[in-house]
Amino acid sequence: MAMSNLLLKSKFFSKNSIARLCLQRFKSSLVVVQHDNVKFAPATLNAVTAASKLGEVTCLVAGHQCNQAATEVSKITNVKKVLLADSEIFKGFLAENMTNLVLKIQKQSNFTNIISSADSFGRNLIPRIAAMLDCASISDVTGIKSEDTFVRTTYAGNAIQTVRSKDNIKLITVRGTSFEPSKLDGGANVPIEKVEVDGSEDAKLSEFVSQDIHKSDRPELGSAKVVVSGGRGMKSGENFNMLYDLADALGGGAVGATRAAVDAGFVPNDLQIGQTGKIVAPALYIAVGISGAIQHLAGMKDSKVIVAINKDPEAPIFQVADYGIVADLFKVVPEMTSMLKK
Amino acid sequence: MSLRILVGCKRVIDYAVKIRVKPDKTGVVTEGVKHSMNPFDEIAVEEAIRLKEKKVAGEIIALSCGPSQCQETLRTALAMGADKAIHVEIPSKEYDALQPFQISKIIAAVVKKENIDLLLLGKQAIDDDCNQTAQMTAAQLLWPQATFASKLDIEKNFALVRREVDGGLETIKVKLPAVVTADLRLNEPRYATLPNIMKAKKKPLVKLLASSLGVDLTARQEVVSVEDPPVRKSGHKVESVEELVKDLKKLGLA
Repeated sequence: MAMSNLLLKSKFFSKNSIARLCLQRFKSSLVVVQHDNVKFAPATLNAVTAASKLGEVTCLVAGHQCNQAATEVSKITNVKKVLLADSEIFKGFLAENMTNLVLKIQKQSNFTNIISSADSFGRNLIPRIAAMLDCASISDVTGIKSEDTFVRTTYAGNAIQTVRSKDNIKLITVRGTSFEPSKLDGGANVPIEKVEVDGSEDAKLSEFVSQDIHKSDRPELGSAKVVVSGGRGMKSGENFNMLYDLADALGGGAVGATRAAVDAGFVPNDLQIGQTGKIVAPALYIAVGISGAIQHLAGMKDSKVIVAINKDPEAPIFQVADYGIVADLFKVVPEMTSMLKK
Repeated sequence: MSLRILVGCKRVIDYAVKIRVKPDKTGVVTEGVKHSMNPFDEIAVEEAIRLKEKKVAGEIIALSCGPSQCQETLRTALAMGADKAIHVEIPSKEYDALQPFQISKIIAAVVKKENIDLLLLGKQAIDDDCNQTAQMTAAQLLWPQATFASKLDIEKNFALVRREVDGGLETIKVKLPAVVTADLRLNEPRYATLPNIMKAKKKPLVKLLASSLGVDLTARQEVVSVEDPPVRKSGHKVESVEELVKDLKKLGLA
């Protein structure tokens, strides 16, 4: 091959780097993208970064009338190709139909890695695809040590596990906050290839009925620079307005909550941060009226700076907080907001 | 309608325990540590019982895979209201190397053997935090899946499931037989009363071996190490809001 001869002759390439290049050429990653047919989920940018460490990245955008989402995905740096599967069959992104589609694509293209973001979309889908391919799956990957060795957390983030996969195909979900987001490169001319959908993808086992998506013009929790979070101490849903004001005074952050606050009906479920909710790692996390149970800490303890506002000096949240203030949140929060506005 | 429901019950370290990583980095200390039923599985058991109370379900079978202590977890499920329990015994050493992948094959084999209509599992175990078993079992069976359920209604030959998803909630319809995983807000599990705990001792508990189900338990992943997470540097308490805002401004965060 002319290309490899050229590489061999070049004094800039050591033997090692040639080996690495050859290896890279045979490794390929398929990222199954979560999107709403118009925009891709922000965690896609982090998933692409992780995927590019493992091989050349192809993104799959499957949905119903999802051209626009595919175009947006084609602008992500590191993406070499976008596959677009547009059909009513993928309305609601049902796991059964999406799995059939990925299996069909995999049969033709033999990706070495199939990857998605570790959110409700990826967690629902990837293990099903894995089992169909007779492979195990690795959830919520926080680090990639080599092409077969991955880092993840267990026990609500209290133990860090390194696992080596023996499967030929690696099926992983990626924790967004652990990987830098890929950049958007408007000028890139990445091909968008249509995948023929012939109806065989429809498993006819499930049906999308309706959705009740909580609309907000605030940054998405997983990618917000600032997160202000409320717990049981907030006492009511209306009081959460104080947190929105504080988030605004900090330049427009996202608002999150503990399980207790969601269970009490103060805020909707999609704001829950923790082991079983969303994982965030913003530059600034302000915990208001949150005691700091193990399960909540699992979702936020990788934040750069943590501030705790709580009237109980013994609350465990103070053990992880960089700055703590022992006081009544109903006094502190408005005072802080007005001081920041000055 | 009387569905036969299989419900998964994993024995895990109790959610309130602060775990310790073993000094040799092979895992976490489990000996002498309080264990209980995985909280998400308790919710799954509760949902199965409610379906029986609504006369939608006939028999409820609780299943646990693992060492002999799993039988305590199964007795808890029986005390809550399950009718029968199946323990697929796997010795501790072998069990430690298993992943949801192998467990899903075991569950699928039991589902077929017991002629099950609805498989209810917790959405994730709080020890390995994998969130895979149900999705994988659904694949093994070629059944539909409804994960992260916060509401479950059984109609004639399908289940209507409200799911907790990233941006809020969604509702899907899955054909029966199906696999459903319980999210936290599906229900509030009941406590087993003393008379029911006594009665549970007399309920049938069947022991099976993974080998008799024809499942290959070869590990697909090797745990290289288990370590403590990095410790955060301890912070300090500030006396006033003014001081707090000043500190945040110094860091360029406000």
